[in-house]
Amino acid sequence: MCVGSAAIELRGITKRFGNVVANRNVNLSVYGGEILSLLGENGSGKTTLMNMISGIYYPDEGQIFINGEEAVIRSPKDAFKYKIGMIHQHFKLIDVFSAAENVVLGLKEQGSYDIKKVSSKVAEISEKYGFDINPDKKIYEMSVSEKQTVEIIKVLYRGADILILDEPTAVLTPQETQKLFDVLRRMREDGKAIIIITHKLHEVLSLSDRVAVLRKGEYIGTVETAKTNEAELTEMMVGKKIELNIERTEPQNPQDRLVVKNISCKDREGVNVLDNVSFTARSGEILGIAGIAGSGQRELLEAIAGLQHIDEGEIIYNNPKTGSADNLRDKTPLQIRDLGVRLSFVPEDRLGMGLVGNMDIVDNMMLRSYRKGKSMFLERKSPRDLAETIIEQLEVVTPSASTPVRKLSGGNVQKVLVGREIAAAPTVLMAAYPVRGLDINSSYAIYNLLNQQKENGVAVIFVGEDLDVLIELCDRIMVIGSGKIAGIVDGRTADKNNIGLMMTNTKGGGENE
Amino acid sequence: MNNNEKHIHEPLFHITKRADIVWWKAWLVRLVAIVAALFVCAVVIVTITDYNPLQVYKTMFEGSFGSERKVWILLQNLAMLLCISLAVTPAFKMKFWNLGAEGQVLIGGLASAACMFYVKDSMPNWLLIIVMLVASLLGGVIWGLIPAFFKANWGTNESLFTLMMNYVAIQLVSFFIMVWVPSGSSVMGVINQASGSGWMPDLFGKKYLFNILIVAVLTVVMFIYLKFSKQGYEISVVGESENTARYIGINVKKVIIRTMIISGAVCGLAGFLLVSGTNHTISKELAGGMGFTAIMVSWLAKFNPIIMVITSFLIVFLQRGAGEIATAFRLNESVADILTGIIIFFIIGCEFFINYQINKRSKQKEAK
Repeated sequence: MCVGSAAIELRGITKRFGNVVANRNVNLSVYGGEILSLLGENGSGKTTLMNMISGIYYPDEGQIFINGEEAVIRSPKDAFKYKIGMIHQHFKLIDVFSAAENVVLGLKEQGSYDIKKVSSKVAEISEKYGFDINPDKKIYEMSVSEKQTVEIIKVLYRGADILILDEPTAVLTPQETQKLFDVLRRMREDGKAIIIITHKLHEVLSLSDRVAVLRKGEYIGTVETAKTNEAELTEMMVGKKIELNIERTEPQNPQDRLVVKNISCKDREGVNVLDNVSFTARSGEILGIAGIAGSGQRELLEAIAGLQHIDEGEIIYNNPKTGSADNLRDKTPLQIRDLGVRLSFVPEDRLGMGLVGNMDIVDNMMLRSYRKGKSMFLERKSPRDLAETIIEQLEVVTPSASTPVRKLSGGNVQKVLVGREIAAAPTVLMAAYPVRGLDINSSYAIYNLLNQQKENGVAVIFVGEDLDVLIELCDRIMVIGSGKIAGIVDGRTADKNNIGLMMTNTKGGGENE
Repeated sequence: MNNNEKHIHEPLFHITKRADIVWWKAWLVRLVAIVAALFVCAVVIVTITDYNPLQVYKTMFEGSFGSERKVWILLQNLAMLLCISLAVTPAFKMKFWNLGAEGQVLIGGLASAACMFYVKDSMPNWLLIIVMLVASLLGGVIWGLIPAFFKANWGTNESLFTLMMNYVAIQLVSFFIMVWVPSGSSVMGVINQASGSGWMPDLFGKKYLFNILIVAVLTVVMFIYLKFSKQGYEISVVGESENTARYIGINVKKVIIRTMIISGAVCGLAGFLLVSGTNHTISKELAGGMGFTAIMVSWLAKFNPIIMVITSFLIVFLQRGAGEIATAFRLNESVADILTGIIIFFIIGCEFFINYQINKRSKQKEAK
C-alpha cells in the first residue's frame, strides 16, 4: 500500500477541541529501529497527537497506518493490539502494588495467575535492556525514575513494538536521564520504533535519529538530527529566530533580607517534609532552588508565606524600611502583610492557588488588594487600571480585561499572576516553577521580569526544574533533596552533573559557597 | 492480522465542550427546549387523557392568571420560593451544599408561631411583629450555624448534616403542636384568629403585598451583596478555590460561618413571612418542599438573584398550572406532576446543549 512500510504512519490527522485546533493535517512516520523526537513548544499539540495513536482520543480527520495497513484505534486496548505502548508524563500506577503486579494489571492472560512467572519475565526484560528494577518492590517505595522504569516495562511486557514517551526526562536528574537514554538506544538496536516527546533541544540532538516539529498544532516538518542544529530547530519550533540568552548582572549591594533558620515541617503523617533547613535570601540577587519534584520545595515556600505550619526554627525578615527584624513563624498571610512585609508569591498551582480561574482579570487583580479601604463595597477602578497596565506592559493576549483567566493560555495566565505579584512592589519575590508549561517566548519574558526585580533590589527566590536555566539565571543555587539542604553553589561556577548528584544524594554535599 | 476489522465501528460523532456561546443562541436553545417540552406534554396528554392539549395549556395558564386572586397567590408563592432561593444562594456560591433550608425555614416559622401563641395580645401588634421577626431570624441562624460550625472546625459533611437538621426541625414542630393543641389533634388551627395579633398588616388592602415587597427589596440587596460587597467577593473566592482563599489570607472558617449565618437568617425570615404574613399558623408542611425546590431555582439562575425572579416564576407558574388542570379536568394529581416533570426535565436538559456541542466526524477518505 505504501512504500517501505513505516511502523506507524499518520496522514492528514486533524483534531479539534471546540474552536481550538489541536492538530491540523499532521503527517508523520516512524520506522522500526529508529528514535524520532517530536519537538514543539507547550501547547503545540504533541501530546494530543500521541494520545490519538495510543487510543485516548480519536482523530476528527485523517488516517493512521500501522505497518502499511490502515488502523482504527478507538481505545488503549486497540492500541495494545497494534503493539503500541505509551508512557505518560503522569504515571498510571497503583501505589500499594508491586512492580510486577502493576505490570500485569488489567492484562487477561491464559492460564492461572502466577506472579512468580511475571516477576521472572520482568527480570528477563530488565536484563535485556539494562533496566535496574526489583519486581517485588512496591510502587510507593520507588523513586520517580524507578516508577518510570515500571511504566516502560509494562508496555514492553505487553509486547509493544512502538513506544511513545511523553516528556520522560522532565522528572529525571541528569544521571537518570543518561541511563534512560542508554536503555532507549538498546531498544532501538532491538528494532523498536520509539517516539519521544520533548522540548529540550540538547536531548533531541543527543538521542534521536530524526526530529519532527509541530508548531501551534501544525506540522512543520521532519529533519534528520545529524543535519540540523539548535538554532534551526528553535526557529522551526517558534517560527522566528530568537536569542536564547539570559542576561545575568552582578548583584548590587546585597543585604540579608530573609534569614531562614533551622526550620522543620511535618506532613499529616508526621513525616518530615522539611528537615532543618537554613539559608539566607539576599536583596538584589536570585536564589535558585533545585531538586527533584516533591523534595520539599512547595512546603518551603508555603512555610515562608505563612501557609504551612512550622514545627521548629524561625524565619527572620529584615525590613529595609524600618530596620526591624521580624519573625514570620506562626503568622498568617494577613498578619505577615500587616507587619509591613512585602512578600510576593507566585505559587506552582496558578489557577488553583494564585488565581481564580472563573473570575476575570480585574477580579483576580483584586485578590491582593480588595481589603483596602473601610467601605464594605468593592472598589473595582484601581484593579481595572492595574489589569489594563499589565495587559499592555506584559503583552497579555486576551479579548479584554473582563475575560475569565481560565480562558487564557498558560503563558498569559502566568503573566497575569506574575504581573499582579510584581505590582505589589515586593521586597521578597518567590516563584515556584514560573515557566512550567510556557512557550519559549513567554519563558524568556518571565526570566526578564525576574531579572528586573533583582535589579530593583528584590530578593528573588526561584524554584526551577530545568538545571540549564537555573545555572544561567541564578546567582546562587540551593539544592534540596528529601526536605534537606544538600548544599548551596554559586550559579556562575556551578556544574550541572554535580547538582544532579547533590539532588539525589542527600547525605553528602555541604556548604561549598 | 487485524486488518479485516478496519473501517468498522468508527465513531459517528463526538461531543465537545463549547468554548463560548452567544447569548441569543443560548436563549434560542432554551426556547426550543420549552417548545419541545410542550410538544411532548401534548403527546402525553392526548395518549392518556384524550383532552385537547391546547385546552389543557390554556387552563394551565389560567391557573396563574385566571383571576386577580390567582395572580396574588402566584405572586405570594413566587415571593416565598424566591426568598428561600435567595437564602440558599450565598451558601451554594461558597460550595457549601446547604440542603437544610427546609429545616431552617421551619424553625424560623416555629419561633414566630411560639411568640404569637404565648404573647397573644399582651403586647402592641407592631412590637410583637418585631419580636417575632427577631426570634425567627435567630432560629434560622442557629439552625444554619450548627452545621457551619462543625464544617469549619472539623470538616464534617455539610450536606448530610443540614439534611438531618431538617428532621430535627420537623420533630420539634410536631412536638410543639402537640403541646399547644389541647385536643391532641396534629393540626394547629389559625393562631390568634380573633385578635389577629402577630399578623402582618395588609398593605393598601392587599393581603400579601408586604411579603412581596420585602422579598423584592431582599432580591436587590442580595444581588448587590454578592456582586459588589467585599464579603460577597470573599464568598466567591472561597467557593472557587479554598487554596486561593488561604493564599491571599482569607479566614476560610470565618467566611463559612458568616455566610451560613446569612443563609440561615434569610431562611428564618422566610419562616416568619410564612407564619406572620401568610398562614398565621404552623405545620410540618410549612416549607412544603420549597427548601429543595429553591436549590433548583438557584442553580438554574446560576446564582444570580435577579435571574432567580424568572426561574422561580417559572417553577411556581408550573405548579399553579398543574394544580389547576388537576381540578379543572378532574385528573389525577399525578398527571399534573408528570407534565411539570417533563417541562423541568427539558429546561434543565437543554443546558447540556448550551455547554456542549455535537460534532459529526468528517473523514477525508483519501488523504494524500
